[in-house]
Amino acid sequence: MSQLLRLRRTLKFPRALGLTLISIVLGFFVGAIVLLVAGYNPLEAYGIMIFGVFGLPRYISYTIIIAAPLILTGLSVTFAFRTGLFNIGAEGQFIAGSIAAVIVGHFVRLPIILHVPLVFVSAMVAGALWGSISGFLKARYGVHEVISTIMLNWLALYMNNYLIKLPFLHRVGTEASQKIQDTARIDILGVWKTSPEGREWRMENPFWGDILRSEINLGILFALIAAMVVWYIINRTTLGYELRAVGYNQDAANYGGIPVKKSMTVSMAIAGALAGAAGGIQIMGVTQEITVLAAMEGNGFDGIAVSLIGANTPIGVVLSGFLFGALRYGGTKIQPALGAPRELINIVMGTIVYFIAMPNLFTLLQERYFSWKKKRLDISLPKEAGGESKNV
Amino acid sequence: MAQNESNIAVDLRGISKHFGTFVANDDISISIMKGEVHALLGENGAGKTTLMKALYGMHRPTSGKIFLWGKEVDVTDPKVAISLGIGMVHQHFMLVRPFTVTQNIILGMEPTGLFGAIDFLQSRKRVEELSKKYGLLVDPDALIEDISVGMEQRVEILKALYRGAEILILDEPTAVLTPQEIDDLMGIIRNLTVEGKTVIIITHKLKEIKHIADRCTIIRRGKKIDTVRVHDVTEQDLARMMVGREVNFDVPRGPFNPGTVALEVRKVSSLDGRGLPALKDLSFTLQKGEILAIAGVDGNGQTELAEVLTGLRNLVSGNIFLRNEDIKNLTTKDIIRKGLVAIPQDRQKFGLVLEFSVSENIILQEYDKPTFSRNGILLNDAIHDYSAELIEKFDVRPPVPEYKASELSGGNQQKVIIAREVSQNPDVLIANQPTRGLDVGAIEFVHRALIEQRDRGKAVLLISLELDEVLGLADRILVLYEGKIVGELEAAQADEQKVGILMAGGQL
Repeated sequence: MSQLLRLRRTLKFPRALGLTLISIVLGFFVGAIVLLVAGYNPLEAYGIMIFGVFGLPRYISYTIIIAAPLILTGLSVTFAFRTGLFNIGAEGQFIAGSIAAVIVGHFVRLPIILHVPLVFVSAMVAGALWGSISGFLKARYGVHEVISTIMLNWLALYMNNYLIKLPFLHRVGTEASQKIQDTARIDILGVWKTSPEGREWRMENPFWGDILRSEINLGILFALIAAMVVWYIINRTTLGYELRAVGYNQDAANYGGIPVKKSMTVSMAIAGALAGAAGGIQIMGVTQEITVLAAMEGNGFDGIAVSLIGANTPIGVVLSGFLFGALRYGGTKIQPALGAPRELINIVMGTIVYFIAMPNLFTLLQERYFSWKKKRLDISLPKEAGGESKNV
Repeated sequence: MAQNESNIAVDLRGISKHFGTFVANDDISISIMKGEVHALLGENGAGKTTLMKALYGMHRPTSGKIFLWGKEVDVTDPKVAISLGIGMVHQHFMLVRPFTVTQNIILGMEPTGLFGAIDFLQSRKRVEELSKKYGLLVDPDALIEDISVGMEQRVEILKALYRGAEILILDEPTAVLTPQEIDDLMGIIRNLTVEGKTVIIITHKLKEIKHIADRCTIIRRGKKIDTVRVHDVTEQDLARMMVGREVNFDVPRGPFNPGTVALEVRKVSSLDGRGLPALKDLSFTLQKGEILAIAGVDGNGQTELAEVLTGLRNLVSGNIFLRNEDIKNLTTKDIIRKGLVAIPQDRQKFGLVLEFSVSENIILQEYDKPTFSRNGILLNDAIHDYSAELIEKFDVRPPVPEYKASELSGGNQQKVIIAREVSQNPDVLIANQPTRGLDVGAIEFVHRALIEQRDRGKAVLLISLELDEVLGLADRILVLYEGKIVGELEAAQADEQKVGILMAGGQL
């Protein structure tokens, strides 16, 4: 019998996956209706998007480049969520991480083998500090983390803009900071590919040459490793056990002797570190500098959607991060080709999140119209045990 | 009893209710006569409340028919039920606390005068009339937040009567009352039937059924077992029908053999959640090998006492000694490690992480011990084996460590908690309302577990609102009233009368 139960448990996962896939399809469907209403051919638009994502090696690598930081901010939101905290502050933690990455990347001189890890760790530490402020405020003074993280997002943005204007960091004649040293870069062959030999080689090898036209970088590796580490921490360590216990039931965790307040701070620090890492790889792999921000870029906010679509699990976040990256990149293609606004992609994304947020809708639909699907595993428990559980 | 057609108030015919694959009610037929007190007896989760919710229109039965006064009715929602003359008093009262008694009673059916203004004078008069007629004495102008639980219940009953209820359903009406209040309620129920009302009471307390009901329908696991005349059966018979096996009310216990003092509470004062004094200069000692029961009506400091002892609430003054060591204001974890464990009063809020598996719950206080984790990594095999062992020993069903705690029945959840606490081999076990909401079978299990601890020479502090439980288990009884110990009784000299008087703040 215990095997049956375990089987049922593992069967739950495909069900969640199924609901997510249905939500994604419905999201595209609603997007198609919007396109139709706006006077565009949805098939054509989606065709352009699909080609725009998969059509050339370069396109795929762009999608991956965009996905990497989204996976990290998605992991950040997921991690906090497992402790029952809603991290709206991945945006600010991202900015904090990128500022630290630029400062350490520009001013410190080290060989690449040390410089890259140092910059990465600095970005994580900066993000962790930024995140832990919210955790501490919640634990110590009961300040709701949604409020404090939103405030800290703006603080990070203005701090970013302020620091860029300071002489030590400002690059004269630009709206940007100094660039990081080449030893801190993680874009693949970033320096060589623009050299004369590099250009020549790229002409001779069109496939790899095309990939190298994008800012292909090691960020995705960092993101995938982070996903594995997060999974391990959550599921296999005492720290993860404590954090989950607090997330599910603070009172019982407290009663059991788990330090609830410390857990909140730690959880937000780790969440912040993940978002900070996203900022770090963006600097090291793509931008190499920070620029004056007129508004939030959305890296952290998109992380919330990535986390939701990924059902707050690390593996789900990786998959939904790629989906999101593809949509974000593919969406930019329909504007020049069709004149359709790229904001349409936001509608699709928003719709997916909405559908995912109402799983009860599907349960209802399933009961009404798809009773053939109800061939659930009927487990007959011992009556004394199973029979009563519904009423508890 | 002559089943005269016109005398049948409610006729349920073949009622079934399914929730997914779970069958809550299975083809239940009951005829309830006008003017009788009809008890629905069953364990928790047997389907009593589900059945009555169908009658009150809170959900539709999957199949079956409902007849009222010989006519088939379709009770689509509670409004329809009310218009048909059915009233229900729920286990948890649904009153607007800042409103007066009168305002609550007329809520939704306010008599109005000129320009739709509420005619309070008339309302008040009606409330007084009703209250006098049925002996339901209330102060019509008192605010709900200022009156006692027993009074609140009267307001709920009046509310139903005001809406013209002829058939009154009371869901576990005595769960929150003191013995004296229970007596009053019994009187009220009798008045109601004298006036021709029909009363259905849902309960799992056998004594009350013997006391008040004319007939009793026993429901077990969704099925009707029988309808009996209460006079013709004993409490033992009822219990057997309810549980499906012989129930032993008297758990065997060893001789009373108290040892040294395990826990001493000395002049402890503490505040409640609102910052008001909850415990006032409380002192008592707990010896090894005894069960010391704290009796009292809910809200007299029980919660705060348990929290103070387990490190969840700070003292204002006083000391708590565990084997001569002061544990006041230590963290919960430290107190547990020093040998004081507790069965919390709210097992779903404090006792368990419902989303966790049984095994994750079992290690809740010990996950960081070297047995279960090394260098911050959980040792899943060790955790699994240990859980499986406890599950077998304490007969948790289903016997699967990976099963989610939320999927267990209340009794099995309690078993998990007891397994966890007792297995740490404590010196002192605090059990705060350990059988709340449990059925007879599970209660028996819990009582056995407490007595076993006592017989093994452990000190057990039982905090309970159930007088039967206190009288049945305790070696010594303390009565808590308004944060003070107002009386101490040896088990031999205690009876319901004496403890009841002390619980209500009286003097012996």
